[in-house]
Amino acid sequence: MDVPRRQFLVESGRWLMLTGVAACAYEAMLAGQPVDAEYEMSDHWWGMLIDVDKCIGCGLCVKACKEENNVPDSPYYFNTWVERYRVQLADREHPLVDSPNGGADGFPALEESDDERVFFVPKLCNHCIDSPCTQVCPVGATFRSPDGVVLVDEKYCIGCRYCIQACPYGCRYLDPRTHTAKKCTLCYHRIVKGLTTACCEVCPTGARQLFDLKNPGDPIHAYLREHPVQVLKPQLATGSKLYYANLDGTVR
Amino acid sequence: MKRERSDWAHLIRLGGLLVLGLVAFVFIRPLFIPEGFGVYGHYRAGAILDGRDHPLEYAGRADCEMCHSDVVDLQEERQSSHRRLSCEGCHGPLAAHAAAPDDVRPVLPDITPACVTCHEKSAGRPPLVPQVEVRDHSGGEACSSCHVAHTPGMF
Ligand code: HEC
Ligand code: HEC
Ligand code: HEC
Ligand code: HEC
Repeated sequence: MDVPRRQFLVESGRWLMLTGVAACAYEAMLAGQPVDAEYEMSDHWWGMLIDVDKCIGCGLCVKACKEENNVPDSPYYFNTWVERYRVQLADREHPLVDSPNGGADGFPALEESDDERVFFVPKLCNHCIDSPCTQVCPVGATFRSPDGVVLVDEKYCIGCRYCIQACPYGCRYLDPRTHTAKKCTLCYHRIVKGLTTACCEVCPTGARQLFDLKNPGDPIHAYLREHPVQVLKPQLATGSKLYYANLDGTVR
Repeated sequence: MKRERSDWAHLIRLGGLLVLGLVAFVFIRPLFIPEGFGVYGHYRAGAILDGRDHPLEYAGRADCEMCHSDVVDLQEERQSSHRRLSCEGCHGPLAAHAAAPDDVRPVLPDITPACVTCHEKSAGRPPLVPQVEVRDHSGGEACSSCHVAHTPGMF
């Protein structure tokens, strides 16, 4: 059989392309992709806005989070918690920080003083785009989902605690009941149903607001156009999606 | 110079072993890779779905409003300053009640501790929420002797 060189190249190129396409299609078919008719992951990109000036330190968010997410009821385990900062005007470098029971029962009343500025800072997982915690997992049991939420695969977590050490924000713990890593899921079971997170639901002042950057109707776009926001530890370039408004520089 | 067979026979054995090992690797590897691993990244795609089954505890205010329109209407009518608050912030998680109101009867919250959570005066609290020195303000009485939880204003 006599095949001209040119024709051979064209023909084999075609077949190569076809097999490539077929292989990709086959892979996608086998993959068992999550299917949810109402919720398309690629249409969402979740984060949270915290307005420090609006937080009254009531602790309802901490309580609600524990109830909603079945967090161990002891003062060592929190998906979200609230810190009270007391910045001494004479020594801004060393703010006094307290968080009794994560702020779940509120804070002991404090007298107003001319020497310090007091404010409350709610904290939770920053749902980083390039998170150190997901990068260190040896078994691929923690990851950032396509809609921007950092989650733990409880079935594959071996409880090695690397991620707990890697998180620069201290947002993870080992669940003493399952011996797997646990953390804020941004109430993933709620947001895929169109509900807001438990903490945002109960917040009386709107100090915490869940947002979806891929939703053009989300008020976050107007907010970000008009207000400066910042993230914690920006020098780590983790791509945090926990935006703070009116954050004091002493907060770490 | 012609070599003796014994000089290179071990290479065949070695090569055979290598090929065998490769074949075994190709067949055994998939057994250890969980289904869906690598579809979106270095993790099991199914793990994304696992968390979605978690049961709800907080139904959300919109749910309460469907059945308790009396509370909502009263709040709107009086322009209550509590009309934007989450019902479950005071009443606690009630998704079970919202799903089966006749089976799960909520326990009414203890009113005074609930109010104090948000209204106790303390340094650092922004004036967004009116604050009172509880001891001086109520004189030890329950808040309910002068205020109504859903419509706390005095008029
Ligand atoms: C499907 C309808 C429905 C939904 C949704 C619902 N409730 Fe109810 N709720 C009822 C009914 C019916 C009663 C019983 C009323 C009665 O017996 O007077 C009740 C009773 C209550 C009571 C006790 C009243 C009393 O006098 O003891 C409270 C408090 C309450 N609901 C709060 C809530 C909250 C908060 C929510 C939102 C999470 C909610 N409910 C959602 C139907 C509903
Ligand atoms: C500021 C806290 C608070 C909020 C917010 C709140 N409640 Fe209540 N609610 C109470 C308290 C406290 C009582 C008990 C009344 C008492 O002891 O006088 C109560 C009583 C009730 C009752 C019993 C009957 C009645 O009307 O007294 C129902 C029903 C009820 N709440 C539903 C709701 C619903 C629905 C919402 C949301 C729209 C809501 N509550 C929001 C604190 C609150
Ligand atoms: C979850 C937090 C929260 C709880 C709990 C709460 N409140 Fe309030 N309350 C608020 C907020 C927020 C405002 C002011 C809203 C505004 O001005 O827009 C307010 C306003 C008020 C006002 C001012 C009313 C007015 O119209 O000037 C009174 C009085 C009051 N609350 C009493 C109470 C009492 C009594 C309770 C206990 C049943 C209570 N609050 C529980 C958050 C709370
Ligand atoms: C003896 C009756 C009485 C009791 C008990 C009482 N209050 Fe009041 N409260 C009032 C009156 C009257 C006003 C309105 C006058 C004012 O603004 O001082 C008021 C106003 C308030 C305000 C609004 C203050 C402002 O600056 O607008 C808050 C918040 C409040 N009360 C919370 C509470 C809480 C929380 C309790 C329970 C610990 C409580 N009250 C118990 C009578 C009472």
